[in-house]
Amino acid sequence: MNTHVVIVGYGMAGARLAEEIRARDPDAAAVRITIIGAERHLAYNRVLLPHIVEGELSRADAALHGAGWARENRVELLLGTTVRAVDRAGNRVLLDDGRTVGYDRLVLATGSTPWLPPIEGLRDGAALAEGVAVLHDLDDCPRIAAVAERGEPVAVLGGGVLGLESASALAERGTQVTVVHRSDRLMDRQLDGPAGAVLADALTDAGVGVLLGCQVRRYRPGTGLELANGTVVPARLVVVATGVRPAVSLAAAAGIAVEHGVVVDDLLRTDDPAVHAIGDCAQHDGVSSGLVGPAWEQASVLADLLTGADPAARYRGSAPVTALKARGIDLVALGETHTEPSDPVAEVLRLADPARRRYVKLVVRNERVTGAIMIGFPAGAATVAQLYGTPNAAPAEPLDLLAGATAPASGPVLHRQASSVICRCNTVTKGELVTAWQAGARSVDALREATRAGSGCGGCRDTVCALADALARAEPAAAAATADWAEIEGVAA
Amino acid sequence: MPVVTQVDTHCPYCALQCGMRLSPTTRQGGGPVRVAARDFPANQGGLCQKGWTSASLLDTQGRLTTPLLRRRRGAPLSPVSWDEALDFVADRLRELRADHGDDAVAVFGSGGLSNEKAYLLGKFARVALGTSQIDYNGRFCMSSAAAAATRAFGIDRGLPFPVTDLADAEAVLLVGANVAETMPPFVRHLGRAARAGGLIVIDPRRSATAELASLHLQPAPGTDVALALGMLHIALAEGHIDRDYLAARVTGFDEAWHAAARWWPQRAMRVTGVPVADMRSAVRLLAAADGAYVLTGRGTEQHADGVNAVSAWINLSLALGLPGTMGSGFGCLTGQGNGQGGREHGQKADQLPGYRRITDPAARAHVAGVWGVEPDSLPGPGRSAYELLDALGTDGGPRGLVVFGSNPVMSAPNTGHVADRLGALDLLVVADFVASETAALADVVFPVAQWAEEDGTTTNLDGRVLLRRKAIPAPDGVRGDLDVLNALAVRLGQPASRFPTSQEAAFAELGMASAGGPADYSGISHARLRAGEALHWPVPDAAHPGTPRLFLDAFAHPDGKARMAAVDHNGPAEEPDARYPLWATTGRVLQHYQTGAQTRRVPELAAAVPEAFVEVHPDTAARANVSDGDLAVVASRRGEVRARVRCTPSMRRDTVFVPIHFPDAQRANLITNPALDPVSRMPEFKTCAARLAPWPDLPEGR
Repeated sequence: MNTHVVIVGYGMAGARLAEEIRARDPDAAAVRITIIGAERHLAYNRVLLPHIVEGELSRADAALHGAGWARENRVELLLGTTVRAVDRAGNRVLLDDGRTVGYDRLVLATGSTPWLPPIEGLRDGAALAEGVAVLHDLDDCPRIAAVAERGEPVAVLGGGVLGLESASALAERGTQVTVVHRSDRLMDRQLDGPAGAVLADALTDAGVGVLLGCQVRRYRPGTGLELANGTVVPARLVVVATGVRPAVSLAAAAGIAVEHGVVVDDLLRTDDPAVHAIGDCAQHDGVSSGLVGPAWEQASVLADLLTGADPAARYRGSAPVTALKARGIDLVALGETHTEPSDPVAEVLRLADPARRRYVKLVVRNERVTGAIMIGFPAGAATVAQLYGTPNAAPAEPLDLLAGATAPASGPVLHRQASSVICRCNTVTKGELVTAWQAGARSVDALREATRAGSGCGGCRDTVCALADALARAEPAAAAATADWAEIEGVAA
Repeated sequence: MPVVTQVDTHCPYCALQCGMRLSPTTRQGGGPVRVAARDFPANQGGLCQKGWTSASLLDTQGRLTTPLLRRRRGAPLSPVSWDEALDFVADRLRELRADHGDDAVAVFGSGGLSNEKAYLLGKFARVALGTSQIDYNGRFCMSSAAAAATRAFGIDRGLPFPVTDLADAEAVLLVGANVAETMPPFVRHLGRAARAGGLIVIDPRRSATAELASLHLQPAPGTDVALALGMLHIALAEGHIDRDYLAARVTGFDEAWHAAARWWPQRAMRVTGVPVADMRSAVRLLAAADGAYVLTGRGTEQHADGVNAVSAWINLSLALGLPGTMGSGFGCLTGQGNGQGGREHGQKADQLPGYRRITDPAARAHVAGVWGVEPDSLPGPGRSAYELLDALGTDGGPRGLVVFGSNPVMSAPNTGHVADRLGALDLLVVADFVASETAALADVVFPVAQWAEEDGTTTNLDGRVLLRRKAIPAPDGVRGDLDVLNALAVRLGQPASRFPTSQEAAFAELGMASAGGPADYSGISHARLRAGEALHWPVPDAAHPGTPRLFLDAFAHPDGKARMAAVDHNGPAEEPDARYPLWATTGRVLQHYQTGAQTRRVPELAAAVPEAFVEVHPDTAARANVSDGDLAVVASRRGEVRARVRCTPSMRRDTVFVPIHFPDAQRANLITNPALDPVSRMPEFKTCAARLAPWPDLPEGR
């Protein structure tokens, strides 16, 4: 008998879990899967929603699964269906249409819901008020895009990652967009003060209005956001991006332990061993990251456990990296970004170049990078993002990270050492070419004939040519010369 | 050894098969013939140092000129007559088959063998030995590229266009291909791309080729699939997808995109360490170019997910509308001299001549008909190269092995284990022209002719069939491989006519066996090649002009469309940890070829690069307590290799590089991971978890 796994939620975590299970158990020998999804769409990639708003991607482009996915993968898929309650005693879930589904293992992948601050005008009863949107579901995209299409101003409430990516996407469309942020620092979870300031400047350059330290008094539909100081930020639409909260009501109602999120251990079990939770709704070791990377790592571990592919698999937390997906801005933040140079133990390097919209912060402990912010250094950002979470040490010279891997310039050929290889294809050194030249090979072709230099890929031809020219110019001294051509160059000059 | 005449031929080494001219020489040293470069399309008059010095191997000191026999284990190899050696081998082969069944004897071939030899070696295994156990070193070379190309296009021809077409392209992306070292004259075809700022190289090292590029992407080893998916993601997000081409010529895009949709560029950056901006630039260069090519090499292919890696690059190429388009395309750069022909004519465990599948009843019937045997008498598919070597001397595994033109104790991964397996054999027979490391372990060694001593065809990297010409007679005591196969077959009861010893007759029979197959050579003859015709396969009849460009009208699947494969990134087969925190990757240097059995015997080449080295970032070296010029150990979970430290500031700090050409304690394959690709059975040569440490036996005061 195989195990019947019922997954509540067909978002990025739930869909991924089903894929990971089928990768290990393609014939459904170990695990039977039922997924219950509240939305009517096949699973899609929530990370890409700002790009759909921007118009860069179509809604179809965000699809994670095709129409045949469930059938081909032996997955029972119930779409547009909500779980009303979990009957833990009966090992079953109750659906909104009155049906019940029994389970051996239940996985809560219910995700998160947008959190709206208590500001007048944002709500209309339980629903969003007219002129207010969130960017959480696929269906949110066309609403936002339609306003942008009409050329009307938009305000984005919240200067976190999602808010900034949304604002950047709208600015790319030519929309007049203003980010209104409560704190005096953008992305305050990830960035320190100077980084926030550089980012604000970079966004302003990109056509995004940025207002920091704002208390919003209310939203006046059709007009804009009224701030505490009386200013009105014009907005036909307010996109609220003030954070999400784990969707825990189902678990809580079932009596499963819930704190901020549904509490799970290293086996991703709740306090009911038949019930698991992964993704945004779960809280592991005090953390609900709300990021897709950890959700997918959890899905992989849980698939190992549910299929028996690796009974020793454990989830020990993630080392997430935040990378802002905003055109023209290269920003990566990871680990402990708020540690200051005054820290008694950590080495903290900081370099601000606000004029060029660049900023670097690097936190190193025990030779490991434990925190970093990189704005405007794409190569360094990539290096440090890839290094983070590996066993490898930070560069001995941290400033190397800023330069990127460039080879040193080799300088004029006449200044090179005699042993320097000029023609790689035939291992011909400068010294051999000089000897051949002295023996009478006074042209590129003659040098080639004498040494084979340039007879392979032909790539050194220009260098050989330059050497021949330089030797010709140094002719008067050449007769007396032996090895040190740098000196001769000095004489000739 | 007088030269008969001046002869136009091709280089004995890599798949570029540079044109060269051999002529009489009176010069002392450097071999019995003089080598000159020839203006041939592939090399445009260029040769690398290996080519220039290739003649010195003809009379090298270590040349084998007499059969050698080890009468019992532990005894030395002693010279014997040909008859004694052949009788001994035939008797032992007969005994092994009688006692343990047909599959008790295995055959190991080579991408260095001519088409004629590769063809007759496969026939020898299937007909004279009746064994399914035959594979070859090309499994370690082209198998991932071949499997992915076949899956996508329906046919695998490394470059489905003449290599000279590249010269007109404004952008060329080289993925894991270090052509400036591995086939230097190839670089001559990249001039326009380099001048236009469109030469892009993907390599974990800043290789000699990367130095030539306008854009170098330097991913962590083993992360190519993520990089390709990230680039496909960018191609779609930035509107570079050729939708009309996809609709007309490709199936499977939606599924492939579902995989790539998960690889937004920032996620790919996290895994690969490649800046998003660089991925973007690379895609834009390819998309905007007047003519663009994507070419893969071993760097992206020699992984346990090598087929998926090549598929991912093919997907990117298809999304941009490159393959099968005049002036653009996708290809893989074949490595060994006859790596293309060697994979077409039946020395691979699952193949029959003409690139036919051995499991296909029609293919079996056709080939059996040409061979004059019953289709049912042909064995089925056997073990792949590493699996074959791994099974030697085990219960149910082969107990005898016959090796032609290969040096598996150097070239196989996890080679300490492979040496143990070879040691467990009842009989090891090696045919070679130098005493390779594998020959040194053999019970019987047959001294055979080399490239300039007999005619024979190869098929180069763009599928053109070439005739290498005999310039001088082989030394006394040396026989051709075809003579050896014939002599053994006759002793095993085969009619002599079934194993021709004439190269021309063997090629004619190969042509018949390949007729109607994907790689159809039936219209090619030595006579047409002697006349100088440029023939790219397929050439289905004697009047056919050859097929320089495949796929311009249709791909080779029944519906005429290319197929995208939905592939995802899995990462390397083993992970680093605190004990093995680095990645070790392997590759070649310009002066040496493959296991170095040939090039280490050429004085100029050996002097240029005499020993194994490890390229390492100075930081990483310092942490390992080694300095530039020190001897060091690179250790993995399987073994350790000795190499001299070369501090190289352009290296990634998490990666070390070791070349594959050096013997004994310097064998890079002592550390490589034999994890196999599930489709191609390619081992993971290019990525293993490793540690760098000082060499423990440092003499005092060194």
